[in-house]
Amino acid sequence: MNTSSAASHGHGHGGGMSLNHFISTYVFSKDHKMIGLQFLFTTLLWFIVGGLLALGIRWQLAYPWSDMPIIGGRLFSAEGGQISPEFYTTLFTMHATVMIFFVIIPILAGAFGNYLIPLMIGADDMAFPTLNMLSYWFMWPAFICIGISFLTPPYGAGGGWTSYPPLSAVRTAAPGSAMAQTWWLMGVTLVGISSMMGSVNYMTTIIQMRAPGLSMFRLPLTIWSMFITAVLQAFALPVLTAGGFMQILDRMLGTGFFVPEGLIVNNAAMVSGGGQPLLWQHLFWFYSHPAVYIMILPAMGMVSDILSCFARKPIFGYKPMVYSISGIAGLGFIVWGHHMFVSGMNPMLGMTFMVSTMMIALPSAVKVFNWLGTIWGGKIEFTTPMLFSLSFVSMFVIGGLSGIFMAATPVDIFIHDTYYIVAHFHYVLFCGTAMAVMGAIYFWFPKMFGRAMNETAGKWHFFLTFVFMNGTFYLMHILGAVGFPRRLADPYHYETFKHLLPMNRFITWCAIGMVASQIIFAVNFFYSIFKGQQVGRNPWRCNSLEWFAPSPPVGHGNFDAQPIVYRGPYEYGSPEVDTDHYPQTQPPPEGVEASGDGH
Amino acid sequence: MGRFWSLLFLLVPVLGVAVFVFAVVPGGVFDNHWLPEDISQHGKVIDDLFMFILYLTGVIFIVTGALLFWFCWKYDAEKNPEPVKFTHGSHTLEIVWSILPAATLLFIAVFQMDAWAENKMAYPTKEDGQTKKPPLALVTGRQFEWRITYAGADEVIGTEDDLHVVNDLHLPVNDKVVLRIQSEDVLHSFFLPNLRIKQDLVPGMQQHVWFQTKKTGTYDIVCAELCGWGHYKMRGRLIVESEDDFNEWYASALQEQNRTSLNAESDD
Repeated sequence: MNTSSAASHGHGHGGGMSLNHFISTYVFSKDHKMIGLQFLFTTLLWFIVGGLLALGIRWQLAYPWSDMPIIGGRLFSAEGGQISPEFYTTLFTMHATVMIFFVIIPILAGAFGNYLIPLMIGADDMAFPTLNMLSYWFMWPAFICIGISFLTPPYGAGGGWTSYPPLSAVRTAAPGSAMAQTWWLMGVTLVGISSMMGSVNYMTTIIQMRAPGLSMFRLPLTIWSMFITAVLQAFALPVLTAGGFMQILDRMLGTGFFVPEGLIVNNAAMVSGGGQPLLWQHLFWFYSHPAVYIMILPAMGMVSDILSCFARKPIFGYKPMVYSISGIAGLGFIVWGHHMFVSGMNPMLGMTFMVSTMMIALPSAVKVFNWLGTIWGGKIEFTTPMLFSLSFVSMFVIGGLSGIFMAATPVDIFIHDTYYIVAHFHYVLFCGTAMAVMGAIYFWFPKMFGRAMNETAGKWHFFLTFVFMNGTFYLMHILGAVGFPRRLADPYHYETFKHLLPMNRFITWCAIGMVASQIIFAVNFFYSIFKGQQVGRNPWRCNSLEWFAPSPPVGHGNFDAQPIVYRGPYEYGSPEVDTDHYPQTQPPPEGVEASGDGH
Repeated sequence: MGRFWSLLFLLVPVLGVAVFVFAVVPGGVFDNHWLPEDISQHGKVIDDLFMFILYLTGVIFIVTGALLFWFCWKYDAEKNPEPVKFTHGSHTLEIVWSILPAATLLFIAVFQMDAWAENKMAYPTKEDGQTKKPPLALVTGRQFEWRITYAGADEVIGTEDDLHVVNDLHLPVNDKVVLRIQSEDVLHSFFLPNLRIKQDLVPGMQQHVWFQTKKTGTYDIVCAELCGWGHYKMRGRLIVESEDDFNEWYASALQEQNRTSLNAESDD
């Protein structure tokens, strides 16, 4: 039992005390489950914001300079209901910022990391509950900073989520963004602090607090991927934080880290100088490339667990899976230069980064083959979480393969900064990670709320999302092959791209369909919290430790009995027992040696 | 329902391949929705490499997609009477599917190095920083236009008799061209889609691009790196013309410039 909630129970008389109780339970909670849910609800809200920003971008690309129906007049009354080119730069900057820093990273590490790590390793809570609470509450100053940045008149930060100087470092380069860019930098730095606190906590918890018998090679792959992700964050983030402060100094105090000598911006000569714009790109991508893996590895881990559970079969190649996660993480530190092939970086260095980038495709390929091996010969149950996970595999193949084009430096010369790259990272991050996250929500929802989400609505949600998202992102490969550049408010005045308007209209309507399909999810989600079918501890007949706890797990402490682990989490269909699942906590039958360590 | 979902996953490789086939094959709904016309000598290498990777990844895409479909179809719990194949993996398979992709990826890596070196490293400069062949023009990116400078009678760029043009880059066809490129303010990217050329302009750095055209015509110069609110309208024109036409244009443009500047001086 949690000491703070015990204390508030003890003094639970009168209104003031129950308010305290409410605050310590639901607001400043130190319980990893509540913090996980706080992250989940917050990031889902931001997911809506990020999605609507994307629709703004799509509207402009389908109907450039035309009035936005219904809401245009209210939003952009000064421009007569149109999106202005300034606001367009803000739209794509904020879409990426929100989706990356407020949705994907915190929903994986913050929501699922927090909720699942202690439960899946059989621990009472995180190693540092207060630090854990702070990691959530440090997101709020970040929300405020980015919110101010977005709402600063006349329009928000417009330097792209990559914030390349001198555009971002010299105030006059983007006159309208004034303080907005500075607020943006502070917001991103604060997100980094939050992630840093989380990652220290996750590493310590996973190393120190595993249940008796739970060796590292008996951990579910979800936990392995969370662990490696935490390591990546801890080592890469300080570089971005340092870079962020340097850029703030360039903007505020006139230092010249990233501003070269002799600039003439907006017809005015710059005072500061002596810096190098490429330095920022190195610092930024030294974090942001590992961040790409921070945004996919936990999804891969969760998908592995879900696939194995609904194929009713052990994961294929557990240890190769662990090694490939580690391989991706290790190589992830030496591939950042592939974002900079045409940046003006020494082309010799480009060749080095090309080779390491080619090599990082290898562990990803191994993972795909192992997922296929997992469903081979199983008894597949097509539940909603399983459908999302299968689609993750299907879509990740596309995102992975399209990466090889960009890794090939000569091809990258042509497709760099075109819609080819836009297609690539949306296939990895939306069709991959976001779909895995959806699957994970359906999968662990019964554990979180003691009730299951509606399966029929879940399948409709999956089907519509799957169809519309492919309609949205697949054709972007074709746009990219024509050379259609990203981040242009109106690409159609170029002769080369004029004829691409109809295809862009089609993409936009698919995107609208995709966003609309999420309404089914939202309704299902909230309905099921209160009215969903009540389920027991283990509705999916799953092996790992979180299903040993009550649904939802009891207050602080999670488990009503100490879990003792006898085997790995993937012993489905084991000949040792009659049931098709074999929980980690179930003692082996008489005369059978404990088994199920990684193979 | 397992049948339905399996077929849905089968649609991914089927429609996925179909879209690319429609795009690559000329004519039809996706006419002109593929790599734009290539008017450079070196572009074919890049396009061929693109197609090579497309075929290679296409095979992997089809095979993995088909396997995913087949496993979903065959091992559907509702239809599959066989017991689960209780296995934790296969050492042999892991080795096979590590070495095969590794070899393929290494092959691509080595195979493309020449094209990269040709484009970005066969640097047309000598050790003293001078280009082996004098640059035909200096292209300066600034918010939000391309300023193009040709040498005047003294054949040196950066002197008083230079010819200045905004947004129109004239080039003689079939000629090996070196351009000096630079930025005056923020990052820009000098993107010639029809020449398969892209190079970010970094203020403070001296950069060059080089290429050889093989066809006359007017093409786009695109800015491909976000440079501010007007990024979208930073459009230039590349005018590739015959040697004679180029010389004629150059002479008349220079004359026009001198006339207007003389008039301006006499006005003072």
